[in-house]
Amino acid sequence: MSPGSKNRLFPQEQKRLAKRERHLWLRARMIHEIRRFFLERKYLEVETPLLIPAPLPEVHIDAIRAGDRYLQPSPELCMKRLLSAGYPRIFQICKCFRNEERGGLHLPEFTLLEWYETGIDYKILMEECEALIVSISEGIGTGKKIHCRGKEIDLTPPWERISVVEAFNRHASLNMETAFEKGCFDEVMVREIEPNLGVNTPTLLYDYPASLAALARLNPHDSEFAERFEIYISGLELANGFSELTDPQEQRTRFEKDQLKRRRYGKEVYPTAEKFLKALAYMPEAAGIALGVDRLAMIFSNSPKIDDVVSFTPEEL
Amino acid sequence: MYSASDLRKGLKIQIDNEPYVVTEFQFSKPGKGQSLYRCKLKNMITGVILDPTYRSGDTFEPADLEERKMQYLYNQENEFCFMDVENYEQTFLSHEQVGDAQNYLTDNLEVDILFFKDKAIGITLPNFVDLIVTRADPWVKGDSATSDTKPVTTETGYILRVPPFVEEGGKITIDTRTGEYVTRVKE
Repeated sequence: MSPGSKNRLFPQEQKRLAKRERHLWLRARMIHEIRRFFLERKYLEVETPLLIPAPLPEVHIDAIRAGDRYLQPSPELCMKRLLSAGYPRIFQICKCFRNEERGGLHLPEFTLLEWYETGIDYKILMEECEALIVSISEGIGTGKKIHCRGKEIDLTPPWERISVVEAFNRHASLNMETAFEKGCFDEVMVREIEPNLGVNTPTLLYDYPASLAALARLNPHDSEFAERFEIYISGLELANGFSELTDPQEQRTRFEKDQLKRRRYGKEVYPTAEKFLKALAYMPEAAGIALGVDRLAMIFSNSPKIDDVVSFTPEEL
Repeated sequence: MYSASDLRKGLKIQIDNEPYVVTEFQFSKPGKGQSLYRCKLKNMITGVILDPTYRSGDTFEPADLEERKMQYLYNQENEFCFMDVENYEQTFLSHEQVGDAQNYLTDNLEVDILFFKDKAIGITLPNFVDLIVTRADPWVKGDSATSDTKPVTTETGYILRVPPFVEEGGKITIDTRTGEYVTRVKE
């Protein structure tokens, strides 16, 4: 039954949901293809709790309180505990919650695909990302050439790979070091760099400054940079992945630094995730990534707003 | 005080002692970075457009704006005079500030005048006004593509297209938001 075929009482809602139905079908097929991809590669699908006692102390990510716990801003900590316990390949599709994030590309409640594999680093993970996106596009029948936000993008690997330093040199009015000194790294990224990423093929933007990677391993040859990357398609940030930091002592130091920053900014300071830090000592080398499922649905349905690919936005409740 | 997360289209804030309205608004957050609020702001007095990017800690003062019901009195040397219907105080707006609204201003018309810190800066008309037609040429049948309407001039000098049956001396209702004819007024 199509939405509201029986009910004439809510013409506005009916109209809105009728328009979205095509996108919701695409979204459902996309999620089906994601599951198929990972199950064929022998990944275990897991579900970790949404209610957690100690969210990551990320400086710019605020958790939403729920009683004496928090709604998870990401499933990262529990999933890594599974890696430490010896699970080699896991994936999860789950809801995440981040306070006060709302805009054309953001919902405070959104769907994340997160996966981890032990024994690989971020470069191999990049290739897996290419394979996943191609596999989805073939499965849902869009083909490798997609139209998104006014651009035609060819999903055929290999995608463009560009380091953060190179991206500043190529697309920005100042270099990365200067942007850092002036405290405008984020502004330049949003205004000058992001619009130029993922315009012909998707872009893999890699090697972030060490200070912008809370849980990533530093590059063994250059400790100024972390082995972290982001995927961009048509200027839209789709995923954030990295080689995992497996040193619990270093991780604790980074957490303390971030907690200090949160306190200084007048933000809530969360309890320390002690069980995670304990487990980290047993975690093998691994790489993992979080990919925005709503954003991916926007890309495949060529939707300008995240509102177009969910059944209800917070404002519509 | 407003915080950055209050920013949205239509919000009126004060910067350097001048009122601005948010005309465009975009929330962005680059990979694990801070929340950025990219805005287009229009100065409500000069019309100048700014495009600042704000961060989550930024705060804003609400613009000190007030609307008062006033009556249009007269226009002299490009100054338009309005009178407060409650205390009879008079205030003036310039030709530029009144803009297209002068097409609809007739004596004693009641309008909303926008004040910023007790200084008049803008005008909001009623959605519909009645104007007398002062000049209407007879309708020529079969007059090319626009044969279902004809031009008329109103008492304010405003020229618009109306149906053929409107005559000189008659009164018509106009939608001030579109500037278009709505109906003939029967007296």
